[in-house]
Amino acid sequence: MDTAPPVVEAAGITKRFGSTVALRDAHITVQQGETHALVGRNGAGKSTLVSILTGLQAPDEGTVLFGGERAPRMTDRDAWRHRVACVYQKSTIIPQLTVAENLFLNRHARTRSGLISWQTVRRQARELLDTWSVAVDAGAPADELSVEQRQFVEIARALSFGARFIVLDEPTAQLDGAAIERLFARIQELQRQGVTFLFISHHLEEVYQICDTVTVFRDARHIVTAPVQDLPRADLVAAMTGEAARTRSGLPRRPDVAADAAELLSVTGLGSDAYHDVAFSVRSGEIVGLAGAASSGRTELAETVAGLHTAVAGEVRVAGRRLRPGSVPAALAAGVGFVPQDRHHQGYVPEMSIADNGTLTVPERLGPQGLINGRRRDALAREMIDHLAIKAPGPGQHVSGLSGGNQQKVVMARALANDPGLLVLINPTAGVDVRSKEFLLGKVEETAAAGTAVVIASDELDDLRLCDRVLVMFQGRIVAEKRSGWHDHDLVAAMEGMDLHV
Amino acid sequence: MSETTTPDPTTAQRVRRGVAGAGPVRRIAFARLRDLALIPAIIVIAIVGQLVNPVFLQTDNLVNVLQTMSEMAVLVLAETLVLIVKKMDLSQESTVGLAPGIAAWLTVPAGAGHGLGLLPGAWAVPVALAVGLVVGAVNALFIIRFGLNGFIVTLGMLIVLRGLLTGVSGGQTFFNLPGSMLYLGTAQWLGVPASVWVCLILFAAGIVVLGATSFGRSLYAIGGNIDAAKAAGIRTDRVLWTVMVTAGLLAALSGLMLSGRLASVASAQGNGDIFTVFAAAVIGGISLNGGKGSMFGAFTGILLLFLIQNVLTLGGVPAQWIGALNGAIILVALVISRITGGKVQD
Repeated sequence: MDTAPPVVEAAGITKRFGSTVALRDAHITVQQGETHALVGRNGAGKSTLVSILTGLQAPDEGTVLFGGERAPRMTDRDAWRHRVACVYQKSTIIPQLTVAENLFLNRHARTRSGLISWQTVRRQARELLDTWSVAVDAGAPADELSVEQRQFVEIARALSFGARFIVLDEPTAQLDGAAIERLFARIQELQRQGVTFLFISHHLEEVYQICDTVTVFRDARHIVTAPVQDLPRADLVAAMTGEAARTRSGLPRRPDVAADAAELLSVTGLGSDAYHDVAFSVRSGEIVGLAGAASSGRTELAETVAGLHTAVAGEVRVAGRRLRPGSVPAALAAGVGFVPQDRHHQGYVPEMSIADNGTLTVPERLGPQGLINGRRRDALAREMIDHLAIKAPGPGQHVSGLSGGNQQKVVMARALANDPGLLVLINPTAGVDVRSKEFLLGKVEETAAAGTAVVIASDELDDLRLCDRVLVMFQGRIVAEKRSGWHDHDLVAAMEGMDLHV
Repeated sequence: MSETTTPDPTTAQRVRRGVAGAGPVRRIAFARLRDLALIPAIIVIAIVGQLVNPVFLQTDNLVNVLQTMSEMAVLVLAETLVLIVKKMDLSQESTVGLAPGIAAWLTVPAGAGHGLGLLPGAWAVPVALAVGLVVGAVNALFIIRFGLNGFIVTLGMLIVLRGLLTGVSGGQTFFNLPGSMLYLGTAQWLGVPASVWVCLILFAAGIVVLGATSFGRSLYAIGGNIDAAKAAGIRTDRVLWTVMVTAGLLAALSGLMLSGRLASVASAQGNGDIFTVFAAAVIGGISLNGGKGSMFGAFTGILLLFLIQNVLTLGGVPAQWIGALNGAIILVALVISRITGGKVQD
C-alpha cells in the first residue's frame, strides 16, 4: 500500500476569475487510504480546489494526477466519475425522482426491447444500498430523504461508479450530533475498505477526530500539510488566520456601556430550525457581535430579530415590547433598523434610485395617505447622501450604478432612516472596499454612541472587533462569549467549534 | 450514454426477498394514484353529461369529442415535454397555423386565392413538417445556444410566426388544399377518424418514452435539477434541443390535422390555443417548475376540459357564452385537480 502512487496529486494550480485569484500556485497530495482534511477560512480557495479536483473547472495553470496518471479531459465525465466523486453541500439528488432512479440515472437497466426495466433498476438499487449498508427504501421519492440519508445515497452512488476517492464538502454542517457520529462510523468503515476521503470542514474538532492528514489553505495559497497528530490545535488555527495575532491594535478601546443603560433587546428561549434555545440581551449604546460559521445559525438569529425569519419558540422583546414573530413591519414599527445579509438579494432594488431605495422603509414620512412627495423624499435622500458620504451625483441616481461600498451605504442609510433604537446588521461590510468598510463601521460606532443598541452578525473579524461583546454561535447554540479585546485565534477557534484553553 | 456498469447477474440473485416485498408495491400504488387524480372528476362529468343529455355516452358523441380534441391534445403532448424540462414554448399556437399555411401557399394552384402552386400537392405534408422543425430549431437556438429566456423568445416567435402567416396569406384563408393535406383530418381507420388514432398512438408512445426510456427519464432529471443531470452524464443541451425541435414538429403535425379536418387554413388558425394547452397541462398535473407530471396525466387534463365543453354544448348553452364558460371551466378544473391531487400547484 505504501508504494502506491497518491490517489490525487495536484501541483502548481493557479486559477483566476477575472481580476481575483482564487488559487495561486497551490498544491495538494492525498495518499491512498487516508482521510485528508482540507481547512481554511472563507475565500481561502477550498471550493475552487474541489471543483478543479472533480473536473468541474480547468485550472489556468498546473497539473492534476490521479494515481500517477494525468487527469482525463474535462468533457470525459465518465472517466472523472471513475476516479473521484464529490458530495456537495448542495444536493445533486433530483427530488422529484425515486432513490433508485437517482442512483441509476442515465444508466438504467434495460429489457431486451430497449425499454427501462424498473424491476431491475429497483433491485440493483436495493443491492447497492445493501452492499454499503445504507438503510434507505430504494422506492422512496428522494425528497423524503433526510440530509443524512441523502449523503449516504450520494456516497453509495459515487462508489457504484468505481470511484474510491470521495470529497466530502462540509458533510456535517447540516447534521445533528448523532447523525455526525453515524457518518464518521461510516467513513471509518469505508476507509478500511480502501476508500480515500478528502474532508472539508469548518469544524476543527472533527478534523482531529477522524482525519489522518490536514492541509491548510489561506488567501488562495497552500500553507501547510501535516499529519494531524503533529499539528497542535493552536498551530492549526494560526495557519488558518495567518501570523497577524494583533488585538485591536488600531482601534481605541471603546468606553464601557453605562451600567444603568436600558435593555433595548432581550431574546429568551428562542428556537427555530437553525438555532436552539438562544438567549441574550443588548443594552442601549452597546454593540454585540454574533459570530459563527456560515451554518452556525447566526444569520437566522439576526434575521429573526428583524422579523425576516420566524422562530418557533421563545420571544424577542424590543424596548420591552414583544415582537410579533416573522413580521418585518412589526419590527420596523418597534424601531429596528436592518441591514440584510446579501445586499444584492435583499438589500436594494437595483433599478430604483437612491432616494426610492433609501426611503422604502419610511413611506409614512414621505407624504399623507401613501402619496409620495417627491421633494420631501429627495430632501431625505440628500440628508442620507451627506450623512453617509455616498458618492453619487444626486438622489435620482440608480443604485445599480454605484460601487459596492456606496451600495452598502445606501442599504445602511435605509436601516438608519427610521432612527432605529436597535440596529441589526448582517455581514455589513461584505464585498466593500477598505475605505467604505472603515467608514461604515465608524458610523455604527457613532450610532451606538447616540444610544442605539447594535447587533452585528458576521464572521469578518474586522466587523466583530468593534463589538463590546461577541457571542460565538456553533451549530445553532451560543457556545462562548468574548469580551472586547479577544485574540483572533481564540475567536476563530471558538467559531470552528474548538476551545484552545481546554 | 450507454457505458454503464451493468448489473452482475450473480449478485443479482442474492436479493433478499423479504426486503423486496412491501415497500415498492405500496410506492407504485401511490405513484399511480397521483397519475389518476383526474379520473374521479372525469367520471363525475360523465354522469352529469348523461343526466344532461343521454346522447353524451353514445359512441358517436365520444368519438366526436376525441376528434375535436385530437389537434389540441397533440399540442398538449408537445407542451408537456417542454414543461417537464422546465422550458416553455408559446409559439406552438402560431406554428399550428404557419406550418400548414406555408404548405398550402406553396402547393395550392395559383389563381385561386393566394396560392403560388410552386410544388406538387404531395409535397404539402413534408413542407409543413419541415416548417415545424425549423421553428423548433430556431427556438432551441435562441433558448439553449444563446441562453435567452424561453418565455419571451417563444412569445416573440408567436408574434413573428403569426405575422408571417398573415403576410403570406394576405390575411385570407387558403382553400382547395391538396389531398395529402386533407388525409389526416378526413380519413377513417377501422371506422374511427385517423386523427383520433394519431392522437392516441402519440400519447401511448409518449407514456412509454417518458416512463421507460433513458431519454424520457433524462427529461425529468433536467427539469428537476439540471446540474445533477449534467453530473450524471446526461447531455443536457442535446436533450433540450431534441425536445424543442420535437415540440415544433408536433405542433406542425397538429396544424396538419386541424387544417385537414377543416379543409382550409385560416390566417388565425390556432390563435389563442396556447392558453388552453397550458391550462390542460397544469390541470393534468404538469408542473410549470419542471420535472413533474406524467403524459397520462396531461391526457386526462385535456380530456376533462373537452368533456366539460361537450356537456355544456349538449346542455344547450348559447354559443356567445362559451368563451366565458371556457375560462371558468379552466379555473374550476384547476380547483378540482388541486383537491384531488392534494398538492400545491407550482
